[in-house]
Amino acid sequence: MLSIKNLSAAINGKEILKGVNLEVKAGEVHAIMGPNGTGKSTLAYVIAGRQGYEVTGGEILFNGRNLAELSTEERACEGIFLGFQYPVEIPGVSITNFLRTAINEQRKYRGLDPIPAKEFLKSMEEKKKMLELQDKLANRSVNEGFSGGEKKKNEIFQMAMLEPKLSILDETDSGLDIDALRIVATGVNKLRRQDNATIVITHYQRLLEYIVPDVVHVLFDGHIVKSGGKELALKLEEKGYEWIKGQM
Amino acid sequence: MENIQIETDLKSSLESLYTERNISLFGSDSSYVAGLRKKAFDKFRKLGFPHARLEKWRGTDLSKTLATEFEFAMNAPAAEIDIESIFRCEVPHFETFLVAQLNGWYVFKHNPLTTLSNGIIVGSLAVAFKKYPELISRHYGKFSENAGEGLTALNTAFAQDGIFIYVPDNVTVPDTIQMVNIVDSDRNLMLQTRNLVILGNNSHLRLVQCDDSINHKITFINSVSEIYIGRDSTLDHYKLQNKDENSTLINTIYFHQESGSTLSSNSISLNGGIIRNSSVVELSGENSTANIYGVYLMDKDQHVDSQVFIDHQVPRCQSSELFKGILDDHASGVFNGHVIVRRDAQQTNASQTNKNILLTDKATIDTRPFLEIYADDVKCSHGATVGQLDNDAMFYIRSRGISESNARILLMYAFAAEVVNKIEIPELRQRIDDMVKKRLRGELSYCDQCVLHCSSEEKKVSFKIDLSKI
Ligand SMILES: Nc1ncnc2c1ncn2[C@@H]1O[C@H](COP(=O)(O)OP(=O)(O)O)[C@@H](O)[C@H]1O
Ligand SMILES: [Mg+2]
Repeated sequence: MLSIKNLSAAINGKEILKGVNLEVKAGEVHAIMGPNGTGKSTLAYVIAGRQGYEVTGGEILFNGRNLAELSTEERACEGIFLGFQYPVEIPGVSITNFLRTAINEQRKYRGLDPIPAKEFLKSMEEKKKMLELQDKLANRSVNEGFSGGEKKKNEIFQMAMLEPKLSILDETDSGLDIDALRIVATGVNKLRRQDNATIVITHYQRLLEYIVPDVVHVLFDGHIVKSGGKELALKLEEKGYEWIKGQM
Repeated sequence: MENIQIETDLKSSLESLYTERNISLFGSDSSYVAGLRKKAFDKFRKLGFPHARLEKWRGTDLSKTLATEFEFAMNAPAAEIDIESIFRCEVPHFETFLVAQLNGWYVFKHNPLTTLSNGIIVGSLAVAFKKYPELISRHYGKFSENAGEGLTALNTAFAQDGIFIYVPDNVTVPDTIQMVNIVDSDRNLMLQTRNLVILGNNSHLRLVQCDDSINHKITFINSVSEIYIGRDSTLDHYKLQNKDENSTLINTIYFHQESGSTLSSNSISLNGGIIRNSSVVELSGENSTANIYGVYLMDKDQHVDSQVFIDHQVPRCQSSELFKGILDDHASGVFNGHVIVRRDAQQTNASQTNKNILLTDKATIDTRPFLEIYADDVKCSHGATVGQLDNDAMFYIRSRGISESNARILLMYAFAAEVVNKIEIPELRQRIDDMVKKRLRGELSYCDQCVLHCSSEEKKVSFKIDLSKI
């Protein structure tokens, strides 16, 4: 599904990613771990197509399409979803309308008619229930005045509504208490299917007890320095990133 | 209609017009109106037109307008005019009592001044001058003449007609009164339109003022309204401005509020050459409230100037100002919010907010919230922001699949909605909402009128994205 080949990327001329290789297949969950400042969010932004993140080498293929040719919104319409590490507040735009607009733009891209109001509302109700969201939340402006936990839940809520093929969850676990973490993880697990994939970015092993990854990668200083099974996360937790440095 | 051609300097032409035609134009004035007119004329002669050296005119340059040759529609149209023949209201399901001015003159079919069953009087100011001298001498020129404003003096010196509304005590006016000011001429026109609204005690009125033009000539409208709001009364007031780029519109309103009264005034400026909205509010009775709102969406070389002056004269009044604007291309804006809290005006609560989005680096805004406080027990706040569309928000919205242009519109619309949502009349709010969306999509032009049956067929507002529930 996702095939990243020797990807380098820079912000303001500063090289952050230095030759990343990553293959994600449909049905898989990958975890990307690594200390702060190693380029995890940068990788997520580059996949999503954020302006100012310049690809300086290599390529990203998504279901065979070269992402370099697609705008941010086209990538979203192709099925890429980014759960933000720091979700943005948008005063004056309600979650309901934001989501309906997004869904309808994505449907238009795929040549579908706008979602019938009933169907949309039904889907909202289901997803709200699944994530144990307050009823009122949907009428509030996107992320405005939300607590840290509410913001992260709202990211998963949007993911659930948009039904992407590839979800990249950037530190969705940080700032969540254990209950919220369990709810979020349950949501992600319920949305797992044979035809979609998830990349979970985290620097704690904790989340991976709930969302069990097929592959764990360690990103260090712009490189993926180690990949392995879920036991790699445990080892990392136990031995720390110093251990990785020693392995290099 | 007869017009007088002016050749040279606008001020001297106006002066000679006043002197030479005084008897024929103003000979039938009552002594009260004549006295005001004379004083105002002397004042205008002294003050002249505003210029950039005046503190309150620093940001608005009228020199180009003043260098234009204008005619003045000093005589009423010869024949009676059928309102429906020149315009129809296009706000769906919006039941209003419609009153119109054409080139400053009140337009009527049968009766120039109507008394409705509950004692409400609506019609021509020129006729009210004659028919209700007692109301006129009690209210006309009472609050405007202290202002030291040359353009107001000019208006008083030349004002002949406009709209007169009187609401007695204890009356809730059932329909919204819609005042439409139309300019239609094949010559450049300068007009001194004048309105007087008197709201008795414990009465309620909703008023919508629309400014439109249906020609493409240069127009200079110097409009002055005086609005008296009696004890415990409420006025819900809206100004809707969608004018062509050849127009200069100076809209000055003097509000006077008695105790326990509530004013809400909201100006929506969507297009225009130069627009200046000036609201002067005198809070002269305790426990009164004034909410002055505005939203402006300007592009090209358009200019909009919002002037608010709120005078807290007595204790326990509240005022709030909220103005939001989006300026594109070379558009420019001015916000000057001046609140004065007099020494006796304890327990005043006043706030001022002006927020702007500049879409280009050529667009400018000169914003000056200003509090002048002489009382010690007050709660006052002010703030102004100038920014661009938030890049993080743009990326966030686009990352959900929403196109860049729709993401921009969504953010701009959300920005403007805070003011639009304050419109209390649902049909009007819906319509203005649509107009704002069209404006933001670049589909609203000045000939796409709010109330006029324009030559171009109104396009149905349809959106690729549904913004209705934001
Ligand atoms: N806008 C920016 N301009 C310059 N440097 C940046 C910017 N954003 C991030 N960086 C730098 O890029 C590196 C990687 O950051 P990031 O991808 O956020 O790391 P992580 O998500 O792994 O904590 C850091 O050294 C950070 O300081
Ligand atoms: Mg990060």
